[in-house]
Amino acid sequence: MANPMKVRAAVDGDTVLVKALMSHVMETGRRTNDKGETIPAHFIQQVTVTHKGRVVLSAQWGTSISANPFLSFRFRGGAKGETVKVAWVDSKGDSRTDEAIIT
Amino acid sequence: MAALVAAGWWPAMAGAAEWNRLAFEAKTFEDVLKALGGVDAKASGDVVLVAPEIAENGAVVPLQISSRSPATDMLAVLVEKNPNVLAAVFEVPEGTVADFQTRVKMAQTSNVFVLARSGGRYLYAVKEIKVTLGGCGG
Repeated sequence: MANPMKVRAAVDGDTVLVKALMSHVMETGRRTNDKGETIPAHFIQQVTVTHKGRVVLSAQWGTSISANPFLSFRFRGGAKGETVKVAWVDSKGDSRTDEAIIT
Repeated sequence: MAALVAAGWWPAMAGAAEWNRLAFEAKTFEDVLKALGGVDAKASGDVVLVAPEIAENGAVVPLQISSRSPATDMLAVLVEKNPNVLAAVFEVPEGTVADFQTRVKMAQTSNVFVLARSGGRYLYAVKEIKVTLGGCGG
């Protein structure tokens, strides 16, 4: 089971500012360990952010995103007390969903 | 399971668009553009990349990418000299601001492109980021 991510969502003018810090190795598949063996690729491929059942962001990532990925963006139409959900799926089919209440 | 995923046989998770393997395995800006459905792209001042001139640590290079073109429905980040050029594609639904912050790895000093799709046109901005310590080494 993947580690939880930190999600924050806060009203910022007429938008909601979402920040997510995910916990993931983001292995490229090009590194080797100290025995010279290739470390298999393992990275987040899909990120989906939803608000009241509506997708407010859909992203696809490759191996160039840094380990423990950070993402920040804004959307309109959210209000205090509502929930924002952030979900990812990685190249091994692992997934993780976390949420935050908009403050 | 991982091999099945790698071979593209394993179905994508329900509800998620299929990961664009062709685009993420492309080695040049032109091939990524094609894989994302574009034919040609035009440099535009409406597309903005905010990034450090010099990245001390190539493993974590903070980027802010944005487009002021009103109909922007996609933003992508490309690192020209990484083994796979495309780093991320953000689909921008109505109501979401075309302005994202994330962090990328850079193997070496390289041009970084922000590619935007707006009203079916492809626009880009480019900036060279110098890397003093590469982020993709063993």
